[in-house]
Order: sequence, then structure tokens, then C-alpha cells
Amino acid sequence: MKRFIGFVKKEFYHIFRDKRSLFILFGMPIAQIMLFGFAITNEINNVEIAIFDKSKDATTQEIINKITASKYFSTNQLIENENEIESVFKKGFVKAVLIFEKDFSKKLVKENKATIQIITDATDPNTANTVTNFINSIVQKYQQEVNKDIAIAYQIIPQTRMVYNPELKSVFMFVPGVMTIILMLVSAMMTSISITREKELGTMEILLVSPLKPFQVIIGKVFPYIFLSIINAIIIIVLSIFIFNMPVQGSLFLLGLESVLFIINALSLGILISTISKTQQTAMMISLMGLMLPVILLSGFIFPVSSMPVALQVISNIIPAKWFIIILKAIMLKGVGILFIWKETLILLGMTLFFMVLSIKKYKIRLE
Amino acid sequence: MKQDNVIIAEELSKTFGDFTAVNAISFKVKKGEIFGFLGANGAGKTTAMKMLIGISYPSSGKANVVGYDVFTQAESIKKNIGYMSQKFALYDDLTVKENIVFFGGIYGLKRSVIKVKSEALINELGLQEVANNLVSSLPLGWKQKIAFSVALLHDPKIIFLDEPTGGVDPITRRQFWEMIYKTAHNGTTVFVTTHYMDEAEYCDRVSIMVDGKIEALDTPKKLKEQFDADTMNDVFLKLARG
Repeated sequence: MKRFIGFVKKEFYHIFRDKRSLFILFGMPIAQIMLFGFAITNEINNVEIAIFDKSKDATTQEIINKITASKYFSTNQLIENENEIESVFKKGFVKAVLIFEKDFSKKLVKENKATIQIITDATDPNTANTVTNFINSIVQKYQQEVNKDIAIAYQIIPQTRMVYNPELKSVFMFVPGVMTIILMLVSAMMTSISITREKELGTMEILLVSPLKPFQVIIGKVFPYIFLSIINAIIIIVLSIFIFNMPVQGSLFLLGLESVLFIINALSLGILISTISKTQQTAMMISLMGLMLPVILLSGFIFPVSSMPVALQVISNIIPAKWFIIILKAIMLKGVGILFIWKETLILLGMTLFFMVLSIKKYKIRLE
Repeated sequence: MKQDNVIIAEELSKTFGDFTAVNAISFKVKKGEIFGFLGANGAGKTTAMKMLIGISYPSSGKANVVGYDVFTQAESIKKNIGYMSQKFALYDDLTVKENIVFFGGIYGLKRSVIKVKSEALINELGLQEVANNLVSSLPLGWKQKIAFSVALLHDPKIIFLDEPTGGVDPITRRQFWEMIYKTAHNGTTVFVTTHYMDEAEYCDRVSIMVDGKIEALDTPKKLKEQFDADTMNDVFLKLARG
């Protein structure tokens, strides 16, 4: 035990005396959560649209007012002829053009229908989609208001309700993802680097010649990172609760336990990486390419797993991060207990055990 | 110690695939002697040594270090030996004192013992001024001496030195050998690998390895007579040229 404390103390000296690793440990989580929270977002706000009103009557004006009154759109551009449409898109500020056909009101009265054309700039398909949907729903709402007194023979009105994230805040989606990335990065990359550093410096040899058992060396090296990762998880949760109003509907205790499980999972991956790499650089490359990319691309963090090709869906199952993100979202947004996520937890636990056994087997007592 | 031989190797071999790094070497090292383990780079010195200190399994043969078998009792061997490699592996981002405390700690020394020993060590090496400085700020020669003293902290019966004087200037090398003499004088056996032939003259007995085999083993004086050479360097050249 005394040896262990001495070892851990030494490990903390390494971490606190290395400004770079300190920065990765604490600067990055904060920077990332801020970046994802504020800068990177799927929400649309104040999207610039242009209007080509060929009719200019009371109805079109009313619809335009409805659209600009929402916080999602703003219009400064009025277009007077067809040729301008292309040119406003080319300038790039305008994301959509709304075209009201001629005699809009008259047609409505006479023929009971009139058309609005929505042209969107689909260089960014996500925004184009969202913009179209939003405009559609505003127009539809208006129509319902107008028709409220008139009995229509037959009408189906879909009533949608977005549960768990009614305002569709992207932060709710990013926080679990960022937390997963950071815990993965800190735990796996930092441990694999710190173990390979000892190999590079030749101190690992000295440690192996000493009476310390290999698992004592490994636990001693890994323990500080468990501790620091837990602090990191706390920082992230606190930031997201107080700055982004991220709800934690479920039990904080369960959230903590699941996080510790994921941290240990990532650490054992880190140990595994360190057993197959001889230099710090290799360890870093493997961690970045082998862990970070799958976490970002295949975990369902940004791109939904269900819309991936089947092959990738299958592969995504072996990525621990996928399961952790499911667990996080379930606890934070849905407020469910262990009864609803025991399967994911079990998978994560199984993976952790597997990585641990594998890395202990691979970690050679004798160097050759 | 009942026996006089602290290292006994019999037909010790190590192969990596088709390559035989160490080819059935046999030798004995007596208690308290300075045993030089010589050879060119790649002759198999380091591999042989790694088998003796329990971080590499022999492919075949037998070896016994301080009374323990290298196959089955590596843990007991580790408690009784010290080791210093050519990298003088101290932690650069720890101070001299912190290094001493750490290495004392992993050998299970009591805190009070470490305190006494580290003070003695610092005084002996004249490190009072820099005891709280980071090791990275010290010159190579100092690091080497500190690494050597640290390896002796737990009073090992044998100390293994793997090319301990690599990259160090001649004066520091000389001083380092004085430390080695003192250690041997205090009863600790010194097992040292080197490819500096002048250092071989300082050893009580030397073995010379060529391509995985021990080609010669005796006192420097007798070896010089045997090969009709003036210096160990000449002995080595004659051997290496076959």
C-alpha cells in the first residue's frame, strides 16, 4: 500500500509538472464543451431569407409577418424579378427565397388554393431541410388559423410533440457526446502515453527489475487518471447544467457509476494500446485514429446509427462509446433508472472485462 | 552467504526465431568481485544480462542468481539485485530527492530508512545544493552517479550495470569507476557490461562475448598473457578477428 501511494504520488508529479498534459486534461474539456455548446449547433436562428412577392396583397403580407415574427428568420431582402433569385443565393447570405404567386389572395378566394414556392440553398442540406420544415409549419399554422371558423369536411391535423428535448436544443445532444469523447481521450490517450513514455525513457525497465509486480505498476499508473477523469466528468456535468441548462432527470449517482464504468473501460483500452506501441507517438496516433474517429463518427454522437449502412451499424456495436452515449442520454434526458439501461450497462461491463483481461495478458512481465 | 558464487550460468541460451542471440554460455561470478561482461555491440551482452535480472526468459539452459533460479524465483532475485542501464533512468521531471524517495519506496524501504539513506547519499555525492532541483537540470555525469547510488539504495547483493559509462567524459568515467571499486569493496558484487576495453582493465575478471558465445574468461592479466597482447583492446581485436 505504501509503495502504491509513493507510485501514485510520482505519477501526479509527472502530470502536474507537464503543462501540456495539464492543458489536455483540464483545458480541453472546458474548451470543447464551450465550442460544442455555443458555436457548433444544428439549431437555426435568424436565418436570412429573401421574399419575392408577386402579389403584394393582404394575405401575403400576413404570412410574411408571421414568418419574420419568429426568431428563426429575418428578411431584409425583397426581390423584384426572377433574375435576382440566383444572384442573392450566390452572395451566400440568403438561405431561402419565398415566392408568392401572382394574385395570391384572389386565387385563394376563387380557386381555394394558391402556391408559395420555397427555394432553399442546399449546399448545407441540414439547414435547407430545417428551414423548409419551419416555413412549412408556419404557413400551415396560419392556414389553420384562417380556417378555424370554416367547417371543412375532412381534415387530418398531425399534432407533434418533441419529448425529452422540446426545444430541440443541440446542446442536449452534444453534451453526452462531448463527455464521451473527453473521457475517452483523457483516459485512453493519456494513460497509453504515460505508460509508453516510461518505456521510451527506460524507466519501465527499472520498474520491471524492481520487486514491483507488473499489475502494481499498471494500477499505479492508471489510478491518477481514474481520479482526474472523474473530476473531468464532474466539470462537464456542472458546466452543462449551469451554462447550458442541460437537465439531469435521472439519478446523479447512477450517472456517476456509469461514468466510472466507462472511464475504466477507456483506461483498459489505453493500457491495451500501450502494450502494442513502443513510442509515445505511436500510442498517440493509435488513440487518435483508433479511438477518437470511431467515437465521433460511429457512436451516434453526431450521425444517427440507425441511418448508417448495415455494415457500419454492426461495427458501431463494438464501440463502447455508442453504449455510453445511449446510457447518458437515457439518464440525463429521459430520467430512467438502471432497469431501462441494464443491457447497455452489461455490454459496457463485458467490454471492460474483455479489454482488461486482454491487456493483462499482453502486458509482459518480462520484456521479451 | 553459504556459497561463494553469486551467479551461476549453465548453457544459457536465448533465441529469437532463427536468430541465436545468446548461445549456451556458462560462467560463474564470485561474491564481491567486479565481473566485466565484454563484447561488441550486438554480441548478446544485454540479452544475457536481461535473463539474469529476470526480465527475459531464457530459451534453454540454467541460471542461478544469489541462490535463486531465474525461471521460477525471479521475484526473489529482483529483491536482491540492483540495476542501472545506459539510460541512467531517473525521472527527469522529479527532483533528486523525489527520485530517491520514489525508488526507495518501490523497493519497500521504510520511510525513516529512506530519509537516512537519502541524506547520506546527498552528502556523499555533494548534492546538497541541487537536492531539490529537477534531475533534468543536472549534467549527465551527475545523473549517472545519482542513478548508480539509487540502484544501491536497497543494499543489493549484486548490482548489474548495463554500459553505465556510455556518453560520459573520461574524468567522470574515472570517478565512476572509483564508485564501483568502493561498492565492490563493501561486499557488493558488480556485474558490468561495457564495450570500452580500457574499462576491462579495472575488472577482477572479464568474459568476452563474440556472436552470442563467451570466447574468453579470465583475469585481464591472464588474458593478456594468453593472447600475447599488451592491452585488453588487443586481446579483444584478436578474438573478434578470430
